Amino acid sequence: MSTTTTPPTTLPAREATPYVGSALDRVEGLEKVTGQARYAFEYSPDDLAYAVPVQATVARGKIRTVDVDAAVKLPGVIAAIWHGNAPRLAPPENAELAVLQSREVAYRGQYVAVVVAETLENAREAARLLRVDYQVEEHDVELRADHPEMYRPERVNPAYPADTEQGEPDAALAEAQVVVDEIYSTPAEHNNPMEPHATVAVWDGDGLTLYDSTQGASSVRDTVAPLFGLPPGNVRVVSPHVGGGFGSKGMPLSPVVLAALAAKHAGRPVKLAVTRQQMFAVTGYRTPTIQRVRLGADTEGRLSVIVHDAFEQSSRIREFAEQTATPTRMMYAAPNRRTTHRLVRLDVPTPSWMRAPGETPGMFALESALDELAVACGVDPVELRVRNEPDADPESGLPFSSRNLVACLREGARRFGWAERDPAPGIRRRDGLLVGTGVAASTYPVYRVPSRATARAEWDGTFSVRIAATDIGTGARTVLTQIAADTLRASPERISVEIGDSALPDASVAGGSMGTASWGTAVVRACEALTEELDRRGGEVPEEGLEVSADTAREVGAKRRFAQHAFGAQFAEVGVDPDTGETRVLRLLGVFAAGRIVNPKTARSQFIGGMTMGLSMALFEESVMDREFGDYLNHDFAQYHIAACADVRDVEAVWIEEDDPHLNPMGAKGIGEIGIVGTAAAVANAVYHATGVRVRDLPIRLDRLVR
Amino acid sequence: MRPFAYLRPADAPSAVTASAERPNTMYLAGGTNLVDLMRLGVVSPEVLVDVSRLSADAVEEGPDGTLTIGAGVRNSDLAADPLVRRRHPMLAQSVLAGASGQIRNMATVGGNLLQRTRCSYFQDVTKPCNKRLPGTGCPAREGDHRNLAILGHSESCVATHPSDMAVALTALGAIVHVRGADGPRTVPMPGLHRLPGDEPERDTVLDPGDLITAVEVPPLPFAARSRYRKVRDRASFAFAVVSVAVALDVADGVVRDCRIALGGVAHVPWRAETAEAALRGSAATEAGFADAVDAELAAARPLPDNAFKVPLARNVLVRTLIDLAEAS
Amino acid sequence: MNGEAHTTGPDISASAPSPVTVDLLLSVNRDRHPTTVDTRETLLDTLRERLGLTGAKKGCDHGQCGACTVLVDGRRVKSCLTLTVTLDDREIVTVEGLAGEDGPHPLQTAFVEHDAFQCGYCTPGQLCSAVGMLAEAAAGWPSAVTPDVGGGTSPDEGTPSGGDVPPGDGIRLDDDEIRERMSGNLCRCGAYVNIVAAITEVAR
Repeated sequence: MSTTTTPPTTLPAREATPYVGSALDRVEGLEKVTGQARYAFEYSPDDLAYAVPVQATVARGKIRTVDVDAAVKLPGVIAAIWHGNAPRLAPPENAELAVLQSREVAYRGQYVAVVVAETLENAREAARLLRVDYQVEEHDVELRADHPEMYRPERVNPAYPADTEQGEPDAALAEAQVVVDEIYSTPAEHNNPMEPHATVAVWDGDGLTLYDSTQGASSVRDTVAPLFGLPPGNVRVVSPHVGGGFGSKGMPLSPVVLAALAAKHAGRPVKLAVTRQQMFAVTGYRTPTIQRVRLGADTEGRLSVIVHDAFEQSSRIREFAEQTATPTRMMYAAPNRRTTHRLVRLDVPTPSWMRAPGETPGMFALESALDELAVACGVDPVELRVRNEPDADPESGLPFSSRNLVACLREGARRFGWAERDPAPGIRRRDGLLVGTGVAASTYPVYRVPSRATARAEWDGTFSVRIAATDIGTGARTVLTQIAADTLRASPERISVEIGDSALPDASVAGGSMGTASWGTAVVRACEALTEELDRRGGEVPEEGLEVSADTAREVGAKRRFAQHAFGAQFAEVGVDPDTGETRVLRLLGVFAAGRIVNPKTARSQFIGGMTMGLSMALFEESVMDREFGDYLNHDFAQYHIAACADVRDVEAVWIEEDDPHLNPMGAKGIGEIGIVGTAAAVANAVYHATGVRVRDLPIRLDRLVR
Repeated sequence: MRPFAYLRPADAPSAVTASAERPNTMYLAGGTNLVDLMRLGVVSPEVLVDVSRLSADAVEEGPDGTLTIGAGVRNSDLAADPLVRRRHPMLAQSVLAGASGQIRNMATVGGNLLQRTRCSYFQDVTKPCNKRLPGTGCPAREGDHRNLAILGHSESCVATHPSDMAVALTALGAIVHVRGADGPRTVPMPGLHRLPGDEPERDTVLDPGDLITAVEVPPLPFAARSRYRKVRDRASFAFAVVSVAVALDVADGVVRDCRIALGGVAHVPWRAETAEAALRGSAATEAGFADAVDAELAAARPLPDNAFKVPLARNVLVRTLIDLAEAS
Repeated sequence: MNGEAHTTGPDISASAPSPVTVDLLLSVNRDRHPTTVDTRETLLDTLRERLGLTGAKKGCDHGQCGACTVLVDGRRVKSCLTLTVTLDDREIVTVEGLAGEDGPHPLQTAFVEHDAFQCGYCTPGQLCSAVGMLAEAAAGWPSAVTPDVGGGTSPDEGTPSGGDVPPGDGIRLDDDEIRERMSGNLCRCGAYVNIVAAITEVAR
């Protein structure tokens, strides 16, 4: 940096080094390792109070009375709020957001009251003393494929048709030489980001500031403002650092509304954090699924038919229909095919997005079935997938803009030592363990949605880029810095990227693995426009700086001429204790084809992170529905196991070069979700190879293997 | 959490006195279970008597080789103690298999013995539980009981005891030193913990106000060849599904003596006296081990979703016996 | 259950007791803080809500995740299960106190270089835990994966064949040892592989 006292009026010489593709350290790394990075609950405005919610203890019914006497008598209690005295909200589109607006209880754990007090300790105690009386109604919380209330939703998330069909799948199944027809199931799973959802709500007249743990500041603003009858401009959402989300902070849910409502009623800024236990009811989860997969093939393993039927649940108050079978629509070639989704509304908490919703449970079933077909045909499972590679998207007929599944499978097989594999199950022992290997494919769609950004040149030769993007741990702040650096041809040190604030130009949610594609496009367009403007001015920056903005609505809205998906191949080696059934993943390798990798360091972390969550899903994760009481009963980290450090040994992720000019200015596909997609099937397939036992119901607990 | 007064007496007798003088008092040591349960609302003491700084924090060796472990010894210090590791490796292993490094740095020997069950229903104050609120019922029998008891349970309670350390101490025949209102006394293990019967609210034979002051481990030379094997759902930082603590003395292919206890299977750390009796004097063969273990587990009465614990316990116990026999 | 009434909340027979407060002197990161705390307050809440030290994180509030890990008298503990009132005359170190005068702690640098975190929420706990863990290993404390806890015990004699178990003998930290010893700190982003690499570099 120049230390001259007179500011330069022209920019320093532009730099040629491309930063996209280089392994920059996270730009906020030092803040995070020194404890300086501030998360939502860590904002402490003056005069703040603490809000602690109260949850319903019945799964279905009506609140009869709420007795707040004991609670409000506690010292330091400011308010106890329930449907009887809560501020009225405008009716929301998502009924989850109508907190404390009625007597109705739709699921156990739903928020029915909130207490505000001067200290956290007193607020907690007051919440404990609050008494709620219910008229109980009989509940139904059990997902069954033959549930009489199963129905076909209009659409599945985000906007796919519920059912698709081509050819004559039933006839093809009847004629196929080899048929696999199996039922697979995946349990409810909870996102469980390490940071529980939290909000600090501050009213100033008709203005509302929310320090919120969210994946999308713009969308929280747009959702919350109308509930309180406010124009969006009156609400500001601040979320510079977010402790993970994995989908659960993707759409605003009841906690943020409850915080704003409590602050309004109490006339004080309040802090509200969802407890870990409460997260199992109010912050979404992955629906349990029951899936029937039918494959018909010739004896060489060439598919003639694929049928995939998925059964899922949602709550009484909101339909969330997960797209479980959608990957089956584009993975493999087969002239006859059908996919269906059926949903039942139960007295359960509302499911929502969890890392690769749809693809994750759906590909567990499909890729397990493929492995069963490989065994049935005596064909190597890598080769089987290669044989069924389609020339174009099987359903739409569109060409793939790039599709490198086969390259991933081949590269993975080479690196993993697949060639030496003996397919016979249950015959290898090492260090007393039964050892086996498995493979599965991964995929995730390429999404991109409109966003806006501004780019600004300062008189001192620095730049700032502003966009209401969110970094939930993805490295967004870092990759947007790299993208801006290349477009501006300036070193990253000269660029500050400001994100995590709805006062910045509107941006899409951090979800759908579309952050880099969506925000990056806006950043590129803003920086290009700034560069042009600077060029027009001969490189001179006015003293007050120069700012331009970009909006990608038109560019992103253009009709696609290609099918666009990322692909991957996952290889797993497991060891199973023959006495106890304890399964440990010894090796995990993922090979991905996801366009251009913007930052190899943070990308590897995201791939490995997804695979680690997939390992965790394969072996441990299961939210257990308590049929008698109607809640997920193992609602903490001691009972809901996620992988610990000791469970994660040799995990590696690599990628192949993929140059796809049809994607976006960066040439990048999303990488945040694909890592989890094929992992559970790869592990389950390896467990079969190790033991000869086919586990079709996740997780692969030891009791499914002990004999 | 209900407000409470906090006292920090200088020694064990004053702690016991302080406790006796006030209603609804509990001792606070490492706090790893108590603070958790207070926050859950499972227990609501009005007075906490802090015993964590009483000078009961050493492992001492007596002239006959008896180890006396102060009740305030932290789990991590116990597991690192050279005498414990050399004499009773399974005791060190059991402690190391429990919880996490941070928790072991906080938790004490006395507190570890008095851990409450991790049954989901016990920990959730919005649901019935005979152990937490006698007479309200046991939803676990019809509900979730995958990780609950297969031995010694009753109609009123199917909870398991969560401690790993207590399993090894039960196998070792430890003696618990207790100070109560009437002065000091000792309680043998097994014998400290009790089966639920129709009083599941009572985990142990201790009375309110009793304070554990030390745990004595009598000499057992063959325990230098002993092992604690814990089966769990995740590789670390998880409670046992089933665990075994085994010490085996084999000479010329014959079992001279053995000590066996099981964890994760009952309301108490389960001393396998039937198996021990069957093994003493028998041939140290896989078939002999299997017969003895089957004799022990004949008493198992699993529930629908934890029947797998019977073959699991059998397999892991037989395997541990074989491994120890082969190592001799 | 249809039609039944169902009430929750404890029976309040007596009037609710008043909060009890205690004055004490806390030592955090070498600074003295005269503080008045509610006896119910945990160290985690005192640090975050009273002292403005928000580095230690609340991930579960029940000792099940490790995000709140701090050092008390040099030992790693869970601040969410530690009542503040028990901590007068103890030395508390949080992530904010790890750096030295000449810059970040080597573990902090290694975590950045190895990308040993993503969202960063578990990171302060991982770092404090790693500092404590390295000291434990240096002191010769075994772990659940240490092959010979007995330290070379002779099976026949029941006495040590390879000499005593010297407590001062450091444990060599291979990947298995680090993974086991760090298992009290959960990371949902799945940064374990990089966490182990970062710690390995510093442990060497």
